[in-house]
Amino acid sequence: MIKKYSVRINKKVHQVEADENMPLLWVLRDILGMEGTKYGCGVGSCGACTVHLNGNAVRSCQLPISSLTGMEITTIEGLSAKGDHPVQKAWLDVDVAQCGYCQSGQIMSAAALLKSTPNPTEEEIENFMTGNICRCGTYTRIKKAIQLAALKS
Amino acid sequence: MKKTDSNYSRRSFLKVTSLSGGGMMLGISWFASAKPEDSLAELNIEPVWQEVTSFIKIASDNSIKIFSPNPEFGQNVMTSLPMLIAEELDVDWKQVEVEQGNYDPKAFPRQFTGGSQGIRMAWKQLRTVGSAARQMILTAASQAWNLPVTELTTANGMVTHAFSGKSETYGTFATAAAKLPVPKDIVLKGNQSFRLIGTPQKNVVAPKIAQGKPLFGMDYREAGMLIAMTERPPAFGMRLKSFDATAAKKMPGIVDIFPIQVFKDDHKFAGFDTRSFNEVIAVLGKSTWDVMNARKKIKAVWEVAPERKEMGVNNRETTVPSGLESTTKHYAQMLEMSKKPGVIERKDGDPEKAFADAKHVIERTYTAPFLAHNIMEPTNTFAHYVGDKVRFVAPIQIPDWIMPSIVARLGIPKENISIELVRMGGGFGRRAYGHYMIEAALISKQANAPVKLIYSREDDVSAGIYRPSYQLTYRAAFDENKKLIAFHAKGGGVPESPLHANRFPAGAIDNYLAESFVIPSNITIGAFRAPRSNFNAAAEQSFLDEISEYMSKDPIAFRLELLQRAKDNPVGKTNDYDASRYMGVLELVREKSGWGKLENAGKKRGVSAYFCHNSYAAQVIDLQVKGDQVTVELVTTALDCGVVVNPEGAKNMAEGAAIDGIGNALFGQLTLTDGKTDQRNFDTYRMIRHNEAPKKIDVHFVKNEIDPTGLGEPPFPPIFGAMANALYQATGKRFYQQPFQPQLKG
Repeated sequence: MIKKYSVRINKKVHQVEADENMPLLWVLRDILGMEGTKYGCGVGSCGACTVHLNGNAVRSCQLPISSLTGMEITTIEGLSAKGDHPVQKAWLDVDVAQCGYCQSGQIMSAAALLKSTPNPTEEEIENFMTGNICRCGTYTRIKKAIQLAALKS
Repeated sequence: MKKTDSNYSRRSFLKVTSLSGGGMMLGISWFASAKPEDSLAELNIEPVWQEVTSFIKIASDNSIKIFSPNPEFGQNVMTSLPMLIAEELDVDWKQVEVEQGNYDPKAFPRQFTGGSQGIRMAWKQLRTVGSAARQMILTAASQAWNLPVTELTTANGMVTHAFSGKSETYGTFATAAAKLPVPKDIVLKGNQSFRLIGTPQKNVVAPKIAQGKPLFGMDYREAGMLIAMTERPPAFGMRLKSFDATAAKKMPGIVDIFPIQVFKDDHKFAGFDTRSFNEVIAVLGKSTWDVMNARKKIKAVWEVAPERKEMGVNNRETTVPSGLESTTKHYAQMLEMSKKPGVIERKDGDPEKAFADAKHVIERTYTAPFLAHNIMEPTNTFAHYVGDKVRFVAPIQIPDWIMPSIVARLGIPKENISIELVRMGGGFGRRAYGHYMIEAALISKQANAPVKLIYSREDDVSAGIYRPSYQLTYRAAFDENKKLIAFHAKGGGVPESPLHANRFPAGAIDNYLAESFVIPSNITIGAFRAPRSNFNAAAEQSFLDEISEYMSKDPIAFRLELLQRAKDNPVGKTNDYDASRYMGVLELVREKSGWGKLENAGKKRGVSAYFCHNSYAAQVIDLQVKGDQVTVELVTTALDCGVVVNPEGAKNMAEGAAIDGIGNALFGQLTLTDGKTDQRNFDTYRMIRHNEAPKKIDVHFVKNEIDPTGLGEPPFPPIFGAMANALYQATGKRFYQQPFQPQLKG
């Protein structure tokens, strides 16, 4: 059923009309025109659509719009004002990306990890990041970038 | 400094244009009058180019823009191709802004992403563009200053007269340079003079990627655009019989639902016109979610498709069989075929006699399933059909290859078709098949609206254009001294053979036989990172490992011994590889991995080496196995791809190839039951994940002066073999069937 919702994204309140079951992913991409959050699988298995919900990394393809009232959502567009979040800077220092499609989701997961675990072990990084797939195979660089961001933040 | 090949400069022609706001624009064109003997095949350039647009723009304020011609899917050509121009142009890399060129065959001679050819083909071509512009700026400066051009030098986008101390930016002379004729003799730097090529440079698009900017086709939108998806048969071998969309059309946000026919019945199929299903049901709506929901309400009736014939552009007819196929049956068919004589692809000496005389024969059969590309950005395209024109925004690897098919299907001239090239979220061969562009155009035409066609992940996995399922049976014959006297390879697949009959170890063994077979199928297959090689390397390098063990020889020493033979006294006239370069990567990986060193004695390690796409790669993997868990401690890669343009990007590519290869070797499989894929999304298709990636990857390049020979694919195939061989060391078990990881259970 189409309803009106008020969602708080990147510290700004948006009014949207959408089917109650429409996942946040498609609200972001098709209604709000925020395309940094990527569609990869739609079943919560690849992590390309990762955003922060009250500071925690979640898969936006699994979050119906009706469940988001009162929640604070952060997307890649809101992670930093100028692309200078320590994780984003580390990503450039390590030159992580190949095709780049999965990287918004990787960066959002990494930022959430460092918020809860500022100095993660290698194992903690691997386990936390396991939900984010990269077919180009940038995993070793992602780990290096997370370690670098931890050092610098 | 050295001159370019005379052939090259004679047929090349650069054209210059003034920019309206001042400055110059330099494009490239090719003499239409090139003689037939000036074969352009080597450069892969079509012989007729009438007009030009730009590669380089230099503005009066000295800002420099370089266009990257080739479609980008993560191979980082948007950094490395402009580096070739910037090197010869003698500008500071930091002052260069790079932009993706759109599809324009008149401006850009080769817009092609595939076959590890990007840098190889552009090596002289793009440097010539940069050098010509630099020489014209020098001439303009010489005229403005009234000084001989020989007294002027360039560096970092400045022209300098050392004697008088005069120094000005390129921008100062750009407007005047634009009025000069393009030089006929273009001089290229010698490799020792490079200032930029060979230095590590970061991906120029990385800042936008890290901020999630809308770079991809999936991210494209414009006013009035509708979202389209297509519903297709649930299984290969089926087709649409009828459908009822009454309920689906009533769903919120749905605009229209109608069937489309991708290719006409009389279409003459070119090599890359593959599509899984020719008739699909298009669903159009206002949002992706609306369309996804409406798809579920379509009541479609599917039926088993009869056998059909497809006519190729070469007038060769292909028969696509009827039936609902299964992986278990494919494997049984391949095994049966492997026991019958195949088509002889190569024969040296008298292999039959050698096998009959042998004291011992080792025979092993290797099998692999289909693989899905699993490009992280699902297939998509924007199309807007207006009047008799169509405008695409398309993630496409080789626009030239789909253009004739678009023309044929839509019945409009190619001049009426424009393609904006967007960054691709992966390709690996999948986006060399542009049928989705035709689908999007047909939908836009019928809906009379701009349309973005999107495949769901399930569509991409279950209706893909897969790496074929393959099999290779090797036999090796030995005499009483355990000397290798004959070698036999029989390869086949569904529906193509993986065999490269003239590759190593052909040329190294006196008695050699290579045979092939094919099993017709209606499962659609196509190029997948290092086609055929990605399976051959796994099988052949595992087999060489096993026979070296039987002969009590070190696996690297054994390969080197064979290669030495191929180098000194090759068997046969046609051997595709350069034995010296092959040996070079093996020797480098031996050194860098500390192979055979006492301190590595306890390590569980495997080696592999392969040649494909003009380059050479060798890898050593160190790993541990606990239960069914594999931990790859270290991958040591040695590569010979000639001169490395951007070591940073090249290393990233080789690291990615190792991870991608390990993932596919351990987990990759697309299996079918009654024509339906058993995997449909990432919850069932097993991809390598962070915790399964190698702990460390070292990449080493053979240093030489060979013109670049390509990098995207060569480091991918051998990793499968290194994995199988290392797993054997860790478990005592040989791995003949991909994927390997399920066999570690129990």
